[in-house]
Order: sequence, then structure tokens, then C-alpha cells
Amino acid sequence: MQKLLNWVDERLPVIDAWNNHLAKYYAPKNFNLWYFFGSLAMLVLVNQLVTGIWLTMSYNPTGEGAFASVEYIMRDVQWGWLLRYLHSTGASAFFIVVYLHMFRGLMYGSYQKPRELIWLFGMLIYLVLMAEAFMGYLLPWGQMSYWGAQVIVNLFGAIPVIGEDLSLWIRGDYLISGITLNRFFALHVVALPIVLLGLVVLHILALHEVGSNNPDGIDIKKNKDENGIPKDGIPFHPYYSVHDLVGVAVFFFIFFIVVFFFPEMGGLFLEKPNFEPANALKTPEHIAPVWYFTPFYAMLRAVTVDLFGLSAKFWGVVVMGGAIAILFVLPWLDKSPVRSIRYKGWLSRIALALFTVSFVVLGYLGLVPATEGRTTVAQILTVVYFLYFILMPFYTRMEKTKPVPERVTG
Amino acid sequence: MRKLIFGLFIAFLPALGLAAGAGVPLDHIETDHTDKASLQRGAAMFTNYCMGCHSMEYARYKRVAEDLEIPLELYEENLIFTGAQIGELMKNSMNKDMAADWFGAPPPDLTLESRLRGESWVYSYLRGFYKDETRPLGVNNVVFDKVGMPHVLVDLQGLCAVKPNIGHGPSVEPLSGNIKNASACPEYVTEGSMSGAEFDRAMYDLTNFMSYMADPVKVERERLGIFVLIFVAIFFVFAYLLNREYWKDVH
Repeated sequence: MQKLLNWVDERLPVIDAWNNHLAKYYAPKNFNLWYFFGSLAMLVLVNQLVTGIWLTMSYNPTGEGAFASVEYIMRDVQWGWLLRYLHSTGASAFFIVVYLHMFRGLMYGSYQKPRELIWLFGMLIYLVLMAEAFMGYLLPWGQMSYWGAQVIVNLFGAIPVIGEDLSLWIRGDYLISGITLNRFFALHVVALPIVLLGLVVLHILALHEVGSNNPDGIDIKKNKDENGIPKDGIPFHPYYSVHDLVGVAVFFFIFFIVVFFFPEMGGLFLEKPNFEPANALKTPEHIAPVWYFTPFYAMLRAVTVDLFGLSAKFWGVVVMGGAIAILFVLPWLDKSPVRSIRYKGWLSRIALALFTVSFVVLGYLGLVPATEGRTTVAQILTVVYFLYFILMPFYTRMEKTKPVPERVTG
Repeated sequence: MRKLIFGLFIAFLPALGLAAGAGVPLDHIETDHTDKASLQRGAAMFTNYCMGCHSMEYARYKRVAEDLEIPLELYEENLIFTGAQIGELMKNSMNKDMAADWFGAPPPDLTLESRLRGESWVYSYLRGFYKDETRPLGVNNVVFDKVGMPHVLVDLQGLCAVKPNIGHGPSVEPLSGNIKNASACPEYVTEGSMSGAEFDRAMYDLTNFMSYMADPVKVERERLGIFVLIFVAIFFVFAYLLNREYWKDVH
């Protein structure tokens, strides 16, 4: 066995890779619960890939056969229902862990120098994940699949001059049709997963180059022992591999409760109108995107005024795009001398709390039909969302920060 | 802090669990897919009264027979009228275009109806027909206004003269002691072969059957789910102990 390993290692640096990324990758020893979500995101990604491959084996990507083939998977394919629920629940779980993972980054300043690239790769992953989820949602070919896609693709039509042609180009037809389904299927199962995997590799390579942040936001590499090992660092394997196993168990417990007992999650994970086949002639009363898009959907709807001769819809799209785009420049907005929220001042804490509230409440508002009062609330919260970023260079500089300890705390 | 974060993680899923409420009040029921007798009665009723027009084209006869513990020959003899093989999908032979001419819209496939509309909706709808001469077929429905479907179960329920009380359960009037809303329909134009309570029971069976058809794996899924959770819980204990063993030296 050792001989075989040596033979391979002379030709491929497997031992180096093992050491660099696991056995001798020194991670801060003070990770808390928030640090589970990165590895959990990987776990869900694997779940999506494996169940997705098996679903593809029985799915029929045509306008005529898609809906029936999903029911075929649910009824006639052995364990098909389990594969499908693992995949559909996994999609929502992916966004839950990714949102919590991103929130961790916001709290502990994990995007700050020297981790800007990690954040950028992470944001690209998030962007691709949204595209992946959006296209995957069309595939069951139910009413909400169809009309959700119709609404979102039509948004591109709001762009002046090229908009109409652009949405036509995306759909490949004058309305969402089997042609759109075919191309979304190709992108969902081949193109985007490849991009996603590549980005995940880059995200982790960049992380392992500069090392992990921690809840104190301290650079553990500043304090090394005589062997050059960070005093506050411990090898990722075995310490965090066994640690993450505990997180995996807790996650699976919650995940399987949903999969086996509440796969529709009250209409949030599988929306009720999607139990009816897509019908181009029948618009549902209330079209709502799946919950993980609703904060941005609420922002889109919050914009109700035409400006500079351009429609409110166009500005809504701009606001929605801006809400995601502004996250990309976050590393350059935070001017604080400290990373972690633990040592930042009250302004940063209040700002993060308001931001979190606005995101969650916008998510709720995007789910329910708009009323005048709700639109007003959504408008205020949209402003709060943006102010968190726009004012960040000021409040992070103005506020008084607490002294950061030399070594990590518990 | 740890507790708070953990609580947040758990709270995150159902916190947003607010299904959009429908405007019409409904009579709420809990279906029970383990009640095989109820499902069998529902299957018989569905086959005899509904399948003439409504298909269940995503399901197979054989699966229904097996899940409901109906012997295959008995099922073939009594519950398949089209000459279909027992392994086939439950499609019926009514022509959709002709049906659209007769009723304004073709009768929808009902395999997933209870997951689309909800069980309580189906149960209320089935009991919601009443006489309305302004409608082409002479009936309307309190749950589904201007419905295109005729009152197929009229010989069982009878025809209700007024709007049935759906969504308002029985109650005792404090002064007179009379029971209000004892049955959904207080006054009939024509009597049916069933009493109000019998009809409600039959509609419960029918809804139960439709609910089973929409989600046939539910009982098996929940049975398995218990074992999966027990397995994960045991796995958690070992993972936790392993983690504690490794981490006891880290300070």
C-alpha cells in the first residue's frame, strides 16, 4: 500500500495536497457554530449533484413529457420520491446554509483584506447558484415553474433598446416553451454545475492560501511557535473533520425531518400551483418566486416610480441587480481597522442588525401579495438594505472600536 | 449565544412557513392514509362517480390495488371499466375536446388535486353544491363559484336548496338550545339516499382517497423517516463523542 502511494506520489503530489489542505492546514481553534455552514454547503452540493444525476436518468426534458416524468419519478421509479425530495429540499437547504455562511462573513469581517478574492469567488458562487436554482425550478414544468420563469425572463425586457430581443434570445421563443425548457435543462445539468464546481475549487484554494478567519478576526499567522505553526491553529484534519461530522449530524436531522415529513414545507419548498401542469393560457392568481429569491423580488416590486423617461419596472430591475452587485464591492466598503463584530463599535452592530431585519422582512414581503402598506414597508427596507453598504465607509471609520486581543478567545 | 444561534438555525425553516390563505372558509379535515377501509370506500366511490370524466393519469391501477390491499382480480373486475390492463396508468376514455364543449372546460386530471388545492378544499367543495337556476347546469358551489361541473353526487346527497354552511361548524344557540349548522345543508330541494352525516362520511373517504392518490408514498415515507432520524441521532452520539475525544487536548 505504501509502495503504491509512493508510486502515485512521485507522479502526482497527493501527499502534498493532503497536507496542504487537510492534515497541515492550520485553522484557528476558536471556530464557533457559524463555521459549520461552509462544509455544510459542500455537503448539500454533493447531495444536489448525486440526486440530480439520478433524477436525470428518469426525467424527460420536453414540454410534453416533463410534468408526467416528474410524477413517474415520484410513483414508479424505485426510491424516485426520495431522490426528488432530497433534491428539492436540498435546493432550499443550499440557500439556507449559504445565507448563513454569508452572514457569518458579514459578522466576522471574513471578506476584509487579505480575503477579498475568497469573498468574490463566494459571490460568484452565489450568483451561479441563483441561476442554477432558477433554471432548475422550470424543469418540473408546473404552473409556478412556468409563470415564475415567464416573469423573471420578462424582467430583461425592461432594459431599454435591447430588452425585448434579449428576453427573446434567452427564451428561444416568444413565450416560455419546450425550447426554453430544453436549454434550461442543458444549463442546469451540465453548464452551470461545471462552473459552480470550478468556483468552489477557487473559493477553497484562495481560502487555504491566506488561511481562515475566525470569530475574533485575528490573524493567527502572526503568532507562530518555533516550528512555524500558528499557536492558535490546529490541523483541519482531524480536528475540524470530526468537528464538522457533528454539524453534519445536526444538519441531517433537521434536513431529514423536512424530507420525510414536510417535503412541501407548507408550500415554501414545493409551491402548491406546481402540482398543476404548465399552462400558457392560464395565469395563476398570485405568482411568487421560491422563498430564496423573495428579498430581491420584494425590492423589484418596491420600485413604483418612472424616472428619466424609463419605466418603474426598469428601475426595479436596476435596484434588484444593484442589491446583488453591491455585495461584490463589500471588501472595499469596510474601512474598519478590525474585522470582527466583536470589536467593532455600536454603529456597525446596529447597521448589521438593521440589514438582517430588512433582508428577512423583505423575504417575507416578496412571498405575499403586494398591498399599499406592504409596498411602503418594502420601500423603506430597500433603502435600509442599501444604506448598510453605502454608509459603511463612514460608520466603520467614525465609530470607536474595541482593542483586539493578541490571541484568540474561546 | 450558542443556544441562540442554534435556535436561529432551527427557527429559520418554519419561520417563513406562512401559506397564502384562500378567501373562502373551509371545513377542515385530517386525512388518514393508514385507514385502508376508508381508502377502499373512497376508491370505489371515485371509480364509480368521478372516473367517468376525471382521469388520474399519473397513477397506476395496480399500485392502488396493492397499496389499498384490494386483490388484483377483484380490482380488475369491479374497478376498471375501460378494459385497461391493471399495470396501466389510470387514464379514462373521455375525449378532452368533446368534454370542453360540454362543460366549458375539460374536467381536470385529479391525481394531484388534493396537493394543488388542499384536502380541506376538496372536502368542502364536494359538499358545497347547491341549487342555482342562473347557472347552465342548475347548480353552483360555495367553494368554487360558477363551477362548470354538474352535481354528480346528487342522488346520494340530494340537492341543497340554499348555500350550504361550509366553514362554520355546528354550534348551540345559547337561548333556544337549538343546534345551528348541524349538517352542511339545512334544507333540500330533493332528498338523496344518504343522510347528511352519511354523506359527510362518504366525502371524507373520497377526499382521503384523493389525498392518498396525490401522495401515495406518505405512509411509507413517514415510517422510514422515523428510522432515518433514529439512525442520524445515533450517528450524532458517536460523532459527538469522537469530537470530544479529539478536542479534549485543545485549549
